[in-house]
Amino acid sequence: MTILVTIITLVSIGVIAAVILYLVAQKFKVFENPKIDEVEEALPGANCGGCGFPGCRGMAEALVNSDDISTLFCPVGGNETMAEVAKILGKEVTAKEPMVAVVRCNGNFENRKRTNQYDGTATCVMAASLYSGDTACEFGCLGLGDCVEVCNFDAIHMDITTGLPVVDQDNCTACGACVEACPKDIIELRRKGPKNRRIFVSCVNKDKGAVAMKACKTACIGCGKCFKVCAFDAITIENNLAYIDHEKCKLCRKCVAVCPTGAIHEINFPVKKAVVKSDEKKQTEETHINTDKTVNK
Amino acid sequence: MLKTFLKGGVHPAANKLSADKTIEILPLPKIVVIPISQHIGAPAKVLVTKGDKVKVGQRIAESGGFVSANIHSSVSGTVFKIDNVIDTSGYKKPCVIINVEGDEWDENIDKSKELKKDFTLSSEEIIKKINEAGIVGLGGATFPSHVKLSIPKGKKAEVLIINGVECEPYLTADHRLMLEKGEEILVGTKILMKALNVDKAFIGIENNKPDAINYFIELVKNFEGIQVVPLKVKYPQGGEKQLIKAVTKREVPSGGLPIDVGAVVHNVGTAFAVYEAIQKNKPLFERVVTVTGKSVKTPLNLLVRIGTSTIDLINIAGGVPENTGKIVSGGPMMGKAIVNTDVPITKGSSGVLLFEEKESKRQESQNCIRCGKCVSVCPMGIEPYLLMNLVENEMWDEVEKYHALDCIECGSCMFTCPSQRPLLDYIRLGKSTVNNIKRSRKK
Repeated sequence: MTILVTIITLVSIGVIAAVILYLVAQKFKVFENPKIDEVEEALPGANCGGCGFPGCRGMAEALVNSDDISTLFCPVGGNETMAEVAKILGKEVTAKEPMVAVVRCNGNFENRKRTNQYDGTATCVMAASLYSGDTACEFGCLGLGDCVEVCNFDAIHMDITTGLPVVDQDNCTACGACVEACPKDIIELRRKGPKNRRIFVSCVNKDKGAVAMKACKTACIGCGKCFKVCAFDAITIENNLAYIDHEKCKLCRKCVAVCPTGAIHEINFPVKKAVVKSDEKKQTEETHINTDKTVNK
Repeated sequence: MLKTFLKGGVHPAANKLSADKTIEILPLPKIVVIPISQHIGAPAKVLVTKGDKVKVGQRIAESGGFVSANIHSSVSGTVFKIDNVIDTSGYKKPCVIINVEGDEWDENIDKSKELKKDFTLSSEEIIKKINEAGIVGLGGATFPSHVKLSIPKGKKAEVLIINGVECEPYLTADHRLMLEKGEEILVGTKILMKALNVDKAFIGIENNKPDAINYFIELVKNFEGIQVVPLKVKYPQGGEKQLIKAVTKREVPSGGLPIDVGAVVHNVGTAFAVYEAIQKNKPLFERVVTVTGKSVKTPLNLLVRIGTSTIDLINIAGGVPENTGKIVSGGPMMGKAIVNTDVPITKGSSGVLLFEEKESKRQESQNCIRCGKCVSVCPMGIEPYLLMNLVENEMWDEVEKYHALDCIECGSCMFTCPSQRPLLDYIRLGKSTVNNIKRSRKK
């Protein structure tokens, strides 16, 4: 008999609780678009914040909730992921050219003489708050590796032979974490370029030519030779520093050839096939460029 | 019982090697490099151009705003150029470089040595003259003095405190100045009292300078309303907030200014500069600097023209010893290592300190052992170990909540830490980040 009472009591408590829970769940139901889960699944799940949202979930919500998602982009997943997202949501996305982080300093131990020694806390941001650096160049890389520290993708490493960070272009997702972390604004996101070929000024020194030259052998001295030789208005010179606009640059490499200090770097170009130099061929060269082909093809 | 502040404090070895050396006048340098930003606030605007002839005391840059200060030439000669030179901040800053030719002073400056006690100027006139003379806090913080003297509406100054504590080890510039220019300092104090409309002033002196205390007790008998307060030897006794607490028992509220408790603090050096500006029409272009260090041949106190290269001072003291590891501008606790010996002396340089190689290197930082020493020595009552943790984890809201902005950067926590953790470095980073966040919030 006792066992029956126990069973009935427990069952009825269970039923009552179930009914209450059901009613409460109905009352306080939060509708969440199931597509958010789907989109989140499609995103890489790195939670790096490179898109500007707090993690992939935040990005997924934004993607589902906004009508126009052409401005949103996941730098980690790139065009593939965005295409997948577009398929799930039936919205349009714009394909973006892949970007990569570029370290704009070439002040290795040979090029930049060390003028003093830093023995404080080994982070760039603290060193930068104390002084301009252990070389005469006040703009260059401090070499203490804040960028390495923040990278979630194992894409940037310190090269101990040069004291400068090196970007691994295959791992780099252009999330921009290192760009944020660098107190000297040396790292920049640039177009990865066709066949990963790209040209950039590997210097951020704004000092006058003589001062910059004294501080570092490969500093940009703002001489303007590259500016004059560029046929596409891609190069600007401001504060004694040349800058190549990666949208306009057609990778003709003329600027690389004329730079007296070697501050302009070319990446992933085939070695030694120098730019066509004779005047006769100049014409053909230019027509080549105008048809948007790299000279070296 | 000697007066002191209550919370925390440390006892670094005094090492006042140059305490008995009278102030010597440094011979004129061949060239001076005068930075146009030697103070807290907006940089001054340059008034001279290349090739201009300038006289000693001539204004070469005018104050660039309310919180800013005029800059005067410290020598006579020709402006060589205006260029960027590394100063104590560690960064290149615009400087006026002057080739020294002779020593021709501005006609208005009274070069006589005699003491001028009486003054008739009103409060406003005094503040205006102090502003014109480009006087900034000579204790090291270089806050423009006229700003401190202009009391905001609704506040009232009740007491003036003259800071003769000099709690930093090694430094003796203020100590020597007090012994040699005691009366001038007291007249300067009187002038500052008039400017603030207060009738009470205290001169705080740490008890390790009994000669200065006795000398001043003797002197103040002729000066009404000024009282000498001997203070316990404890670092940072000379911190503004600590000094107010010790002398008046009032505590400056978190985020507040001394004027919130009716106090205004000025350094003895500032008081002397005020005397010279008001009574002798002499703008601030020279200051007393201690050159010291355990291996320095003759540690001494020098009267130096602003803009002189640091190496000139060291050479007078016997040159750079071979075992030097670091040269610091200021004291050992709060001073800053300089990048090269060409860094010019500015209004804020109270000392040049040469550390030996072995004492200059930082030891490797170990893990925190939770001993709580940093908390017990912090004179502001904040928790350095916690703040360091929060900054490491970039929890800026929490950093602000735990009063990082109250830190006076005295370095007591790092001095006492048995694990040699870089506590202050992290707190400083936290402070600047929180300040940036606060600024962006306002926008």
